[in-house]
Amino acid sequence: MTWDWQVFLQDDGSGRTYLEWMLEAWRWTLAVAGASWLVAMVVGALVGTLRTLPNRPWLVRLANAWVELFRNIPLLVQIFLWYFVVPKIIPAFQQVPGFVLVVFGLGFFTSARIAEQFRAGIQALPRGQRYAAMAMGFTTWQSYRYVILPMAFRIILPPLTSESMNLLKNSSVAFAVSIAELTMFAMQAQEETSRGIEIYLAVTALYALSAFAINRVFAFIENRMRVPGFVAAGTGGGH
Amino acid sequence: MLGLDFSFINLDVLQKFVWGGLVFSVQLTIVATLGGIFFGTLLALMRLSGKRLLMAPATFYVNGMRSIPLVMVILWFYLLIPFLIGKPIGAEVSAIITFIAFEAAYFSEIMRAGIQSIPRGQVFAGQALGLTYAQNMRLIILPQAFRNMLPVLLTQTIILFQDTSLVYAIGAYDLLKGFTNAGKIYGRPEEAYLLAAIVYFVICFALSWGVKRLQAKIAIVR
Repeated sequence: MTWDWQVFLQDDGSGRTYLEWMLEAWRWTLAVAGASWLVAMVVGALVGTLRTLPNRPWLVRLANAWVELFRNIPLLVQIFLWYFVVPKIIPAFQQVPGFVLVVFGLGFFTSARIAEQFRAGIQALPRGQRYAAMAMGFTTWQSYRYVILPMAFRIILPPLTSESMNLLKNSSVAFAVSIAELTMFAMQAQEETSRGIEIYLAVTALYALSAFAINRVFAFIENRMRVPGFVAAGTGGGH
Repeated sequence: MLGLDFSFINLDVLQKFVWGGLVFSVQLTIVATLGGIFFGTLLALMRLSGKRLLMAPATFYVNGMRSIPLVMVILWFYLLIPFLIGKPIGAEVSAIITFIAFEAAYFSEIMRAGIQSIPRGQVFAGQALGLTYAQNMRLIILPQAFRNMLPVLLTQTIILFQDTSLVYAIGAYDLLKGFTNAGKIYGRPEEAYLLAAIVYFVICFALSWGVKRLQAKIAIVR
């Protein structure tokens, strides 16, 4: 076969080239992933923390139920639920744009995974840290705010990195409800131009590039946030 | 209730639309798990072999697969397989090949961690008994690695089962498609999505509960 990279300079029928379309689709991918990441981090941190609260059995149960609910339904099905079913059951959602609904779907789906990381990170802390905070006379809120969460956050940075990269990859599922992101572009441009291999290669490269960028940003944060003398779980060890 | 009407669902509809899809989803999950573990173990052995010629391609394959969205991998295979073998291929067959190839990368990471979790002394003990590399792996290392990693392997299988819904991208007839088709024909798409969600939830919840039980059991044996 022969390569035909000039396909990207062709007009797509609406006055823009396929290259311009693809870059716009990339921005959509980054927008979906970025907004969902915010939702997932805020909700995930909250739910994950709730799961570790002492003497609050009902909050713990509620948070556990949240994780089980959003973890055991496929992402594609959840996105369909947000996009088709929620607006039907709750009429107020009919005014909400599709982009926001997808962000809810992807964000809450990922929040369950991030909540699991937060719970594991908090429980990985030596019990003495919690007791030390109590001995200082901290309230529960203060001990989480000043002692437990800052350390737990550093412990779970590596899994948060891969979860964030997963989120970016999972944003591709938004194609199913016609969000104009990279995968949607790949499918449509492949059909229109029949130059599938070139299109797919470019789209794949953009996904890999974005994932790599996320990886570097987190590596930078991890480096900056490192507490001297404290080795995060998972990096040391061995037999 | 909430403007929803589930009255179109009965045994006939389930049998006509949903059953075939469920069977395919389960088949795809089982075949991809077995194939993925087989090829994943090979990849893991390549990466741990210490020989550059084996390590480099396996590392490239695993990292490459893991940095691409599954939907793109599904689309890639659906495009490339007919191109390579010169004749069109069904969405279902394409999905099976794709999932084996894709999951092999993920299972290989699990198996690699499992093999590395075996104390070095086990390897040395095998060598001291005069076992060849293959015998050592087959009789000593892999059974233990497999056992140690069983809960993780099963958890990955549950994720895999959820991911099979993504064959939507190439229109293969799976569990989700069964429900959406029924919903379309009876004019009740929202109800069908909801039912699909419930079925997936029940299956995945039950499976992960089982894995948790298994994990507790294994923990006691150790």
